[in-house]
Amino acid sequence: MTLHVVPSSVASPAVVVTNLRRAYGSRIVIDKLNLRIERGEFVALLGESGCGKTTLLRALAGLDPIDGGRIVAPRRPAVVFQEHRLLPWDSLWRNVSLGLQVKDPRQRAAAALAEVGLGDRLDDWPRNLSGGQAQRVALARALVQQPELLLLDEPFAALDALTRIRMHDLVRELVASHRPGVLLVTHDVDEAITLADRILVMREGRIAFEHRTKGDGASRIARAELLTELGVVASHQTA
Amino acid sequence: MSNLEQTVSPVEFEDLKRKDGAAALPRKPFELGRRGLQLLSWLAPVTLLIVWEVLAQAGWLSPHVLPAPSKVVRTAFKLVTTGSLLNDLGISLLRAVAGFAIGGGIGFALGTLVGFSRIAEAAIDRSVQMIRAIPFLAALPLVIVWLGVGEAEKIFLVALGVTFPIYINTTLGIRQVDPKLIELGRIQGLGTLELIRRIILPGALPSILTGVRYALATAWLALVVAETIGAQSGIGFLAMDAREFLRTDVIVLTIVIYALIGVAADAIARLLERRLLAWHPNYGGAR
Repeated sequence: MTLHVVPSSVASPAVVVTNLRRAYGSRIVIDKLNLRIERGEFVALLGESGCGKTTLLRALAGLDPIDGGRIVAPRRPAVVFQEHRLLPWDSLWRNVSLGLQVKDPRQRAAAALAEVGLGDRLDDWPRNLSGGQAQRVALARALVQQPELLLLDEPFAALDALTRIRMHDLVRELVASHRPGVLLVTHDVDEAITLADRILVMREGRIAFEHRTKGDGASRIARAELLTELGVVASHQTA
Repeated sequence: MSNLEQTVSPVEFEDLKRKDGAAALPRKPFELGRRGLQLLSWLAPVTLLIVWEVLAQAGWLSPHVLPAPSKVVRTAFKLVTTGSLLNDLGISLLRAVAGFAIGGGIGFALGTLVGFSRIAEAAIDRSVQMIRAIPFLAALPLVIVWLGVGEAEKIFLVALGVTFPIYINTTLGIRQVDPKLIELGRIQGLGTLELIRRIILPGALPSILTGVRYALATAWLALVVAETIGAQSGIGFLAMDAREFLRTDVIVLTIVIYALIGVAADAIARLLERRLLAWHPNYGGAR
């Protein structure tokens, strides 16, 4: 149960995972998994519930120990969860600047909040925000740290359909300007196709399928293919 | 409002419309509003006070049983001007504050320790819970044997009453902090001290302040009992001294003073909650 997280150097990829193994007791959740994400690359990770994708994300975030293999990642990846996890007792700017070691945290937070369209709400409380707004603040909090690796754990799952579409646009813009390596864990095939440069399907603790998106033309074929990989279409056809 | 709407059937509603024009909604029989309700809530206590005064003035209530409110007010005025009342009040408040500070400090320190550490919990919690099971006033004879009848005994008793509510609510508050927020703090790179300062203590604060309010009530109770048993000064002493001379007006006055200070203490606690918990939907009010 040792942590094999080695800080990456400046010009290296955002994260490299080699032969990763993670087990809960005798149950192996991740087995001999290899993964490499470049800076500025947007990778989506699909998979059925319990396939180990959240376990992988938590391992990359340094939240859980690993049982074997090697993760070469930046010292502090940024994470956005399904819940916004804002501190209810702190104003928005204090939430965004949480843990930020700079001289002018308020200005930095203000700039980050402006990027997500909430530049006029610096001193507001989190409880006055809608679900989408709260998630935008969580994004600002992640990006203000200027991470080399951004981990997104189903961050749009709890939002309504329209808000989700707006969030997709926002995330695309933000990632394009900040250029971190991104790993998005999601259940939503369409979301993965919309956002990602590369889509991975995880099954039984390994990367079982990989697809590079090549613009919108191929997305219909990709969708069918991905759903088959996830076992959705196959069961429909037999039924 | 909604009840009235339901009882008016569509036909009747049509009739109303025809008679009075478009705006003919059924009128509500009573509309008191906020101010009205506020006034109404004062009606019963004020009436009671007036009845009491009238009964006392008419001689139906013996002044030895219950003196008239006006007599109590006059006594208060006299005691303030001759100097002894404010002095005694000051002494009582000092005892309460000293006891509260000591008991609150101990309760908070132990509560924090146990809230953070399972080892501390195993070492301390059972003993604290056992002592807590004793109604703290039952310890009074023992405390008098230890410390005699003096300031130390009174402050000790107040501190004893205050320690447990603060201890329990501090521990509870720390345990109830959302682990997901603590995890977030780690992701954002907070050190242990920063984690405590930015996440754990603010998260525990609502519970701690609830403990403070409970503790204020027990502190006051402890003081009343301690001062009644034996004192050479203070509000309780004033009451016991008055008993010797059947001065019911002074006794009633001391009871009223105890009540007023209790109300004031609670108001201070509420103010603290409103200030410190402005972020909390249940305390801060609309913003």
